[in-house]
Amino acid sequence: MTREEIESREDESMMDAPQINKPKPEEFFNVNYLRIYYGKRTLFPYSDIHKWLSYGHDGKHPGCDEYYFGRREFSFTLENDVYLRYKSFKNASSMEDAIRSHFPYKIDIGAVYSVDPDKRHAYSQTGSNVFTPVERELVFDIDITDYDDVRYCCSGADVCSKCWPLMTVAIKVIHTSLTEDFGFKHILWVFSGRRGVHCWVCDPKARRMTNEQRSAVAEYFRVYKGNENNARKVALMGYSLHPFLARSYVDYLKGFFEGELQATQSIFSTKDKYEKILAMISDEDIQSELRGKWENSARSSLSEEAISLVRWEQLKNTLQSKKHKAPTLRMCVEEIVFTFTYPRIDLEVSKQMNHLLKAPFCVHPKTGRVCVPIDPNNCDDFDPLAVPTLSQLIEEINSGGSRMDVDDDDDSDTSLLGKSIKFFRSSFLEPLLKSCKEEIESSYKTKIGKSKDSLSW
Amino acid sequence: MEVIRSQKRTASNDVVSNPKIPLYLTAPPLEVRLEEFELFAIDRLRVLKGVSDGLARGKNPKEMDDVVDALWKEHMRHSDASEMLNKDIISHFVIRLVYCRSDELKKWFLSMETALFRHRFRLRNFEAQRAIVGEFGLPYKAVTGAELESLKERLGQVVRSLGQISPSVVNDICCVSVCFFSFLSFAVEAVYYKVPFEEVPDLVAGRRVLIQKGHAFVAGSQLVSLVVTQFRSHISKALILTNRKWMTTIREREKDRLTPIVEALSTTYVGPDYSQSSEYADISLKDIDQVSKSSFPLCMRHLFEKLREDHHLKHGGRMQLGLFLKGVGLKLDDALAFWRAEFSKKVGSERFDKEYAYGIRHNYGKEGKRTDYTPYACQKIISSAPGAGDHHGCPYRHFSEDNLRAALGRMGLSSRGMEDVMDKVRNKHFQLACTLTFEAVYGTSCDVGINHPNQYFEESQKILKSKTPAAPV
Repeated sequence: MTREEIESREDESMMDAPQINKPKPEEFFNVNYLRIYYGKRTLFPYSDIHKWLSYGHDGKHPGCDEYYFGRREFSFTLENDVYLRYKSFKNASSMEDAIRSHFPYKIDIGAVYSVDPDKRHAYSQTGSNVFTPVERELVFDIDITDYDDVRYCCSGADVCSKCWPLMTVAIKVIHTSLTEDFGFKHILWVFSGRRGVHCWVCDPKARRMTNEQRSAVAEYFRVYKGNENNARKVALMGYSLHPFLARSYVDYLKGFFEGELQATQSIFSTKDKYEKILAMISDEDIQSELRGKWENSARSSLSEEAISLVRWEQLKNTLQSKKHKAPTLRMCVEEIVFTFTYPRIDLEVSKQMNHLLKAPFCVHPKTGRVCVPIDPNNCDDFDPLAVPTLSQLIEEINSGGSRMDVDDDDDSDTSLLGKSIKFFRSSFLEPLLKSCKEEIESSYKTKIGKSKDSLSW
Repeated sequence: MEVIRSQKRTASNDVVSNPKIPLYLTAPPLEVRLEEFELFAIDRLRVLKGVSDGLARGKNPKEMDDVVDALWKEHMRHSDASEMLNKDIISHFVIRLVYCRSDELKKWFLSMETALFRHRFRLRNFEAQRAIVGEFGLPYKAVTGAELESLKERLGQVVRSLGQISPSVVNDICCVSVCFFSFLSFAVEAVYYKVPFEEVPDLVAGRRVLIQKGHAFVAGSQLVSLVVTQFRSHISKALILTNRKWMTTIREREKDRLTPIVEALSTTYVGPDYSQSSEYADISLKDIDQVSKSSFPLCMRHLFEKLREDHHLKHGGRMQLGLFLKGVGLKLDDALAFWRAEFSKKVGSERFDKEYAYGIRHNYGKEGKRTDYTPYACQKIISSAPGAGDHHGCPYRHFSEDNLRAALGRMGLSSRGMEDVMDKVRNKHFQLACTLTFEAVYGTSCDVGINHPNQYFEESQKILKSKTPAAPV
């Protein structure tokens, strides 16, 4: 960096309204904005992230493990795709310093290891003194590109208001299961910045799960087993749905399929589209019967949505009357609904403790959008295209409306990022820390109790 | 030792036909003659190897029960119940000593002993099973009264979702009448245990239990899952301890007596892992297209064709094909050139170097923790889970019937051959299907059965080279 650049950086950190040019509308992301984002103390929420990942081990209680935060792995992806793994920080300020000196394009959070990742080479791979993960949140990654075979509005990296609802339904199904079935309480859902969502389950029980147990939960959620080599990608065997699938179907999937999905995707309206669905029916006669009906009604004057609904009713009625023909037809209707609407998680992300996942509040380099939390209880209101971008944040600073200082509890803070950070704190961080501290306290008391007993004669 | 004493007290025929399964919690203070040390271990190894073979051939749980029953009767049986138990215990501990010494051996031992335990457990009647569960000392209680009532409907849904009446329900008197008279309404079992879901990962994964607020409701007939998880966890920990003891004291102390026996025993029974290429597996880039058509098993042929077609493969495919090619003798430099040539057509050579080259080097043990990864065996490939955009996995398992027939047609199978193969597929005997394909393609029989893609390749090369020794095949 030149002397001028160094000086102007210092100025930026001291002034509230630095002299920068207004961002061009098409430029959502650039390195200078990123520097401001991480440079100012009032944008990227350093201390909230630190508090979260310390899980109550803030050193203020004798039961705290002061080295806990320092054993967490982070990774940085820098400009030019340089990748730095096994980074660890003693405390919040060293994390801040590192981010401020590298300005990473992406920050990933890994596991908490048995020893400081920085010092891993001093430890062997086997035996008793091992460098191995000991705690890690249970995480899920849902990416809309995995639904490309069932969305007709976009493909690849694009996402729009017509297909985003697939993510909304996914959040509802998975979140309900995590809380009702598995009993988890501290769950954070985060927008991945472009085309998907991440889920962080932070209960102590979840953090201590083994790879085998994580794999079991991922498989429990797995229904779609498809790729281009098989036509029937959801196979629901048996005589009824498992209660988890039944609840998901009745509470979320059926309504979504018969309502919003038909409106946005019109999955029966053209021959290409309905052939794909016919291929899921494992009986040639039924396929021909329906095909016959639909080919003849091709020139109807109804809207695409209306046509789709009519055809869906016909399909359901036909299958209802013929379902006893073969076991594979028994739940064909449900299979079709599941194929189009049920969540498709990336299994590999969830199965292993050492898998890294992008940190919340990062900025996505391709879109400039901040990876903000999503409220699972209000996820219908979340719009990925309305998420603040880096350039919007900079513009907000320029016009003097930037977020207040970190500790400000003022409810009138309506800055773009402030809302997200407040949500993160009030609905996730505070309940989590309260419960962590209770746990630290009670396990400390147990330990003290035990050693007291051991001294008695 | 408690177990032995009580056996001597109740020396009835019952015990011989329904012997206790020891949990191998502590090493027995028994005296063993040196010859017995080795002989007992070899007999047990025969059992474990038989289990391994059965699993590799894709036998279903009921078939495995029969396999284990037969193996045990053949190798481990003794007319005296307490002698039989002694042999069981001693042989386990000897083999544990032998197989604790490396990660690969430990993994094999753990898998096989767990499978052996699982099937021996399944062969016991419900009373004996409950007794074994009791021995583990698990704190889980049966669900009763109002709680059971409130769950009944959903428990019924779980039973129906599995599509069959579970066999031990018929044993339970309460449910017999329900079974006989309401064939289509599957009965909820009489006994359910409330356990933390973490204790039964395989039941959770298969959605075979009701889960509520972190608890899984395990039916009596599903107890095997619970105890197998416990058993495996205990043996896994024990292996680490045994290894430590071996390294620190036993090996040196016994170097003239037990150590040579122990070291010899371990090389006998683990199958070849194809991590080093043999004389039949040494291919170069210029031959690769031809060799893929002539000698690759269907799974690898499919991946190879897709790679040539799309100039890309997702991670699962890169691993499965990449490691196979390593086993087939493709050197690292050739591998890098091969993948680079394909991927550059789609993502450009710069992106290849940045994002994919590292992974290939990693597979060859040149990066990271430098593990030289071994090519996947059929068992692993069959149990993988290809998703959207993936092409790995086992075609006999993962392809639809139409796609599989088309692929087999391209391999040159006649319609008669194809029917035989499809018959195996329908019965879920995927490796046998692949073996039949092999036999049809090369016009020869393969008695051993295919359980590794590299094995298919080597056998194929052997045949082709014996026909035309000079030309590259």
